[in-house]
Amino acid sequence: MEPTNIKNPEFFHKVVDCQHACPAHTPVPEYIRLIAEEKYTEAYMVNWDSNVFPGVLGRTCDRPCEPACRRGRVDEEPVAICRLKRVAADNKGDVKAHMPQGPFKPNGKKVALIGAGPSSLTVARDLAPLGYEIHLYDEQKLGGGFMRSQIPSFRLPEAVLNEEVNYILDLGIHTHFNQYVSSLKETLDKGYDAVFVGSGAPKGRDLDLPGRKEADLNVHIGINWLANVAFEHTTKIGKKVIVLGGGNTAMDCCRTARRLGGEEVKVVVRSPFEEMKASPWEKEDAAHEDIPIIDNHVPKSFVVENQVLKGMIFEKVKAEYDKDGKRKLVPVGGADVFIEADDVLIAVGQENSFPWIERDLGIEFDKWNMPTVDTVTFVSTNPKVFFGGDAAWGPKNVITAVAHGHQAAISLDLFCRGESLNVRPSPFVNLVSQKMGIHEWAYDSAVVNDDRYVVPQADKKVTLVNRKKEVELGFDHITGFKEAERCLNCDIQTVFSTDKCIECDACMDICPTSCISFTENADETDLRSMLKVPAANLTQDLYVSDPLKTKRVMVKDENVCLHCGLCAERCPTSAWDMQKFFYNVTKAHTGCASHAK
Amino acid sequence: MTYIKPKFRHPELPKNKLGYSVDHYEGALSTLCAGCGHDSISAGIIQAAYELNIEPHRLAKLSGIGCSSKTPAYFLSNSHGFNSVHGRMPSVATGAAMANRDLTYFGVSGDGDTASIGMGQFVHVVRRNLNMTYIVMNNGCYGLTKGQDSATADQGSKNKSGNVNLFESIDLASLAIELGATFVAQSFSGDKSQLVPLIKAAMNHPGFAFINVISPCVTFNNNLGSTKSYDYVRDHVEATATIDFVPQMQEISVDYGKGTQKNVTMHDGSVLQLHKLAEEWDPLDRQSAMNAVINAKAKNEILTGLLYVNPDAHDLHHMIKTSDHPLNSLTKADLCPGSAILVDINAELR
Ligand SMILES: Cc1cc2nc3c(=O)[nH]c(=O)nc-3n(C[C@H](O)[C@H](O)[C@H](O)COP(=O)(O)OP(=O)(O)OC[C@H]3O[C@@H](n4cnc5c(N)ncnc54)[C@H](O)[C@@H]3O)c2cc1C
Ligand SMILES: Cc1ncc(C[n+]2csc(CCOP(=O)(O)OP(=O)(O)O)c2C)c(N)n1
Ligand code: SF4
Ligand code: SF4
Ligand code: SF4
Ligand SMILES: [Mg+2]
Repeated sequence: MEPTNIKNPEFFHKVVDCQHACPAHTPVPEYIRLIAEEKYTEAYMVNWDSNVFPGVLGRTCDRPCEPACRRGRVDEEPVAICRLKRVAADNKGDVKAHMPQGPFKPNGKKVALIGAGPSSLTVARDLAPLGYEIHLYDEQKLGGGFMRSQIPSFRLPEAVLNEEVNYILDLGIHTHFNQYVSSLKETLDKGYDAVFVGSGAPKGRDLDLPGRKEADLNVHIGINWLANVAFEHTTKIGKKVIVLGGGNTAMDCCRTARRLGGEEVKVVVRSPFEEMKASPWEKEDAAHEDIPIIDNHVPKSFVVENQVLKGMIFEKVKAEYDKDGKRKLVPVGGADVFIEADDVLIAVGQENSFPWIERDLGIEFDKWNMPTVDTVTFVSTNPKVFFGGDAAWGPKNVITAVAHGHQAAISLDLFCRGESLNVRPSPFVNLVSQKMGIHEWAYDSAVVNDDRYVVPQADKKVTLVNRKKEVELGFDHITGFKEAERCLNCDIQTVFSTDKCIECDACMDICPTSCISFTENADETDLRSMLKVPAANLTQDLYVSDPLKTKRVMVKDENVCLHCGLCAERCPTSAWDMQKFFYNVTKAHTGCASHAK
Repeated sequence: MTYIKPKFRHPELPKNKLGYSVDHYEGALSTLCAGCGHDSISAGIIQAAYELNIEPHRLAKLSGIGCSSKTPAYFLSNSHGFNSVHGRMPSVATGAAMANRDLTYFGVSGDGDTASIGMGQFVHVVRRNLNMTYIVMNNGCYGLTKGQDSATADQGSKNKSGNVNLFESIDLASLAIELGATFVAQSFSGDKSQLVPLIKAAMNHPGFAFINVISPCVTFNNNLGSTKSYDYVRDHVEATATIDFVPQMQEISVDYGKGTQKNVTMHDGSVLQLHKLAEEWDPLDRQSAMNAVINAKAKNEILTGLLYVNPDAHDLHHMIKTSDHPLNSLTKADLCPGSAILVDINAELR
């Protein structure tokens, strides 16, 4: 293999598994260390810069970082990255003082944002400090998008959401709430320099089954129903409730139903339990609230007697897989199943819907009625119109919407300044030695053995009778510290200097997880099999040195390195050093060096 | 300084026949200097014990005094151990082995511990062919007492403070061959591919197995002009042969071709498979082994690999006809066989 080019920031970026997996590339280990030091305000600001909604995300994020966390490869469970974010948000001091302070000098450009969800709010935050006049439209009465209308208060208290939405609105955003945008053409005609579409995927799917029309009074589309609950148009539900669907919306529906008077709430899903789309922790929370999940049942019809919904009929199926692993649900035979219900909530997916976008504006739509959007710049085929969040490629999650918002903001800014969208700003990177003394490091190098800590919950006697009572209590200071200590500091990189190495083997011998080998060079496939423990995880890179004196090379498999620093402590010549790698995605308001020109 | 080694290991570490992965053979975190050759040898011992499927509690580690003699704390923490007096490891080993012949004895010593203060003990344990492995971690100095020249420092070798050694060195390997050792090898701490099979072969040898391992002292004897530094050893090392230890019942898979191939079958059917690099050397012939060492020395080479082996040697127990069973397993009936036997014994003495 060729020697690894560690000057390319992407190499070490990939070693920081959590940050790499985060769509917004939040510098996770950096904020976790700050939490361990009780520097909650600083930890919050590291988050706020990257993901804009630390308090919201610390409670609700889909956490793609956690399955990626290195600790999960050596220990039973990953670090509770998401809930540590909440520790920062719960305990922070005055963060507003650290945020950009308006009023900002206008730059003469006007931008419209349609939809006030996380993607639009991110664009607003990134552009406002640059002097843009920003107009934010939403048909709801308040900002936040689905974070407000969909995510229930028992998972995300309104106060937390309000606070973080207001940090952005306070930057001088012109809000146009309670205003449905019925024509993009009209909006464009208002003289905006550019428009960002962050309108989400607001249409819930229905199920066209026999009896659906007759039962209409007691059948509700999940996301509409949740919005009605959030805005207090709906305050109760029948005692017996069926929730159809196996995703996170279904989980929010069933748990909300339990709080609005549902006593026997059942989730019925077509697929096997293990294959449900809902996150494992959401399923656990539903089970904890005495909600059975009945899997392998396909809905067939609504049973209505005397114009009153009585329940639903289901067919029992099992999953079979063809040789390509494609699933088919086949009936198992036997009688259909009747389940009683006073109300049914349909949570079987949501779709995009752009009835308000005229099709003659130069915005290309595909056969699924989705706009053609550039995956890097987020521009549509109309150079003035940008898309992001769920509006771009269908329903995802808040953190993805935020990541889109950052990139779209950069594009909007480049566009308004007449520059090429394709010249993206490089990330901010820094690499600093952590050496303090012969065997002393500026970070806590010792690896703790603790198992993952469980977030305490409020008693369900209390939470089930009050829709707004938050279920999770969050970690206290001490547990937060202990959980933070579980982090392996993957951003503290092992950096190797070939010219210093005397090939004494000390690093290879001490490494607890057998990461380091000294061997003849070979091509990657062979090299992977020649190491002390073969490097079977192909998603993780090899770090290969220049040839050493003996013509061999040092090869480090990055897969299960604990970043414990023992290799560097054992090296007599400091050929290994532990260096903190800071990688931060450049945002419109922080980066763009060209602004200075 | 980190004093605790993390408990996590590579999740795909293979297991040996006993179901142990290599970490079961580890010891405490070493307190030797970073980069000390001795730590590398410890890692080789751990690897060899793992590959040989040694039951840790069936092994006893013995040592004298020195940085080298501290190493038993850093490997095989599930085994028995005795850290004895400076240069006196052979007598402790002899006593232990006489009392319990069923354990595997593994001795670790230094060049000071063996070639200076312990020389008297060393020569006798060699000639008695005690069934043990005896490793000298040879750094040409007294590391623990801050690097004074030892008796194995080469004449003309320069130490860290610039002094040149005036005296002839003791060559422990040729001395061992001379005294009748039945397994003699030499190696380098920086070459585990050679060291590990040699340790395995030594542990499998049914008599005194001696390995002199050049092991640089990074702190006091790794300077320019020293003949025991990493650089000097790497530049001057020559091997008699590459060696593979093939356990009993395992098929021999490598064939290096006629002339250079030499297989030595051990008492238990395991095989030392040698790919000879030195000409006119026969590992079964003492004279040729001595010649090989002397010739290499004349050329300023450090000869490593297996030097000499006598697979049919008889160990001390055999020679002095001791009890077939460990003393701790003898019962009262064995020890007090009764008056009839006493009558027979007395009759023999008449
Ligand atoms: C029940 C449910 C629970 C969820 N839970 C989570 C969770 O726990 N964690 C997570 O990360 N994600 C969750 N999500 C997904 C997440 O809410 C979305 O992916 C995210 O909010 C998308 O952000 P966005 O910026 O694309 O816009 P959205 O948040 O979808 O907001 C779009 C806004 O645009 C407005 N709008 C649309 N069209 C117009 C128009 N023509 N004129 C004016 N206004 C308009 C809408 O009213 C809406 O307020 C959940 C989704 C649902 C349905
Ligand atoms: C009876 C006695 N004499 C002297 C000493 C001091 N002493 C400790 S270690 C040592 C030399 C050790 O040298 P070596 O065996 O080569 O070990 P190294 O530290 O080099 O590995 C000496 C002389 C002692 N501990 N005991
Ligand atoms: S920091 Fe060094 S010693 Fe520790 S696990 Fe990583 S490579 Fe191994
Ligand atoms: S410990 Fe240092 S000098 Fe020794 S092999 Fe490793 S990198 Fe090289
Ligand atoms: S003094 Fe020399 S022999 Fe002793 S631990 Fe240090 S390097 Fe090793
Ligand atoms: Mg010594």
